[in-house]
Amino acid sequence: MGREMTVLYRAAAPETLRIVPLDALTLIYHRASGITHVVDAPVPELLEALTPAPQTLDQLLAALTERYDLLDADPAALAIRLDELVQAGLVERL
Amino acid sequence: MRHIAHLRIGPAAFRIGSHWRAPIAALEDLYRDYPKPEIPDFNVHLFAARPWRRYLRPAVHIGGDFTIPDAAPLPLAQGLLAAEMGMNLQMALAQRRYLLLHASAVERDGKAVLMTGISGAGKSTLAALLMARGWRLMGDEFVLIDPRTGAAHAFPRLISLKNQAIAVAQAAHPQGRFGPLLAGTPKGDIRHLVPDARAIAAMAEPASPSLILFPRFGFDTAERPVLPSEAFVRLTQASTNYVHLAEPGFDALTRLVQSVPARAIDYPDTEVGIALVEALA
Repeated sequence: MGREMTVLYRAAAPETLRIVPLDALTLIYHRASGITHVVDAPVPELLEALTPAPQTLDQLLAALTERYDLLDADPAALAIRLDELVQAGLVERL
Repeated sequence: MRHIAHLRIGPAAFRIGSHWRAPIAALEDLYRDYPKPEIPDFNVHLFAARPWRRYLRPAVHIGGDFTIPDAAPLPLAQGLLAAEMGMNLQMALAQRRYLLLHASAVERDGKAVLMTGISGAGKSTLAALLMARGWRLMGDEFVLIDPRTGAAHAFPRLISLKNQAIAVAQAAHPQGRFGPLLAGTPKGDIRHLVPDARAIAAMAEPASPSLILFPRFGFDTAERPVLPSEAFVRLTQASTNYVHLAEPGFDALTRLVQSVPARAIDYPDTEVGIALVEALA
């Protein structure tokens, strides 16, 4: 648990992503892989919060709670979502 | 290849070589008013897998710059269909200059209506009937989006009519030039309709996309707007080269869905379908 707390997350470099909000959904073209991701909230919000400064899970959760009035802030769910984004190459784990 | 045809459809120049005379003769007849380019962009080969199969139960294999391994050959009586499938295949796999959408398109006053959907949705039928009503046919199979300009480019190959659509199109085009009836193909009966003189004469002229339609045939009349995100996802599925085009493809498609309204229409018969398209366009 102690190690997990020190993990830092950072959004992939802005020049590697093309982010186009459409309506309820947002398109993200990932230049490094050539893959287009069609994402729902909170993915664009997560990427924004992780740009440019890296954040720990707790810092990110605190920032999201403050900005978006999160009522059910759940660190485990957020960690899973971040891992998915790391897998997709949209977030880096430092 | 002993028998060769050259023809240009929209921006794509084809060279079709064949072991047999008949498919080339059919192409030369039906495409007689199309330009004959010297230098092909795409090559199509219609060939016999074994020399004796040129004569004995001839089976037409489709090849060219790109091939699909294990594709079933067609009987020689369906050689024209093999040639058309070969041209479609080269476009679908090798086209890199344009974002290719599996859609039909018609144009009026410089504005293009794109109609896309699964096989049987009525893309070709609607396009053929709209052509009879004074629209310029841009194509019944592919529409090409130029990533640099966002313009739609025409690809007016022969209109491929299947099963019940054949009689519907014949009634709408009593003077139309039709190819031979190809019975019992993998998609049922097929008959080709030659695009009218205007469609051929204007095939190099692009148009501005103004409406994207997702028609469905055989349902009660209905109509709903389609959000840009849904249009985007459905058009990536309708594109054979979106992934290959990479970022220019992403740019072209995001621009298209952001700037052009999209609607889904259900129609029980072609009369209602045509009325819906013309009311929305």
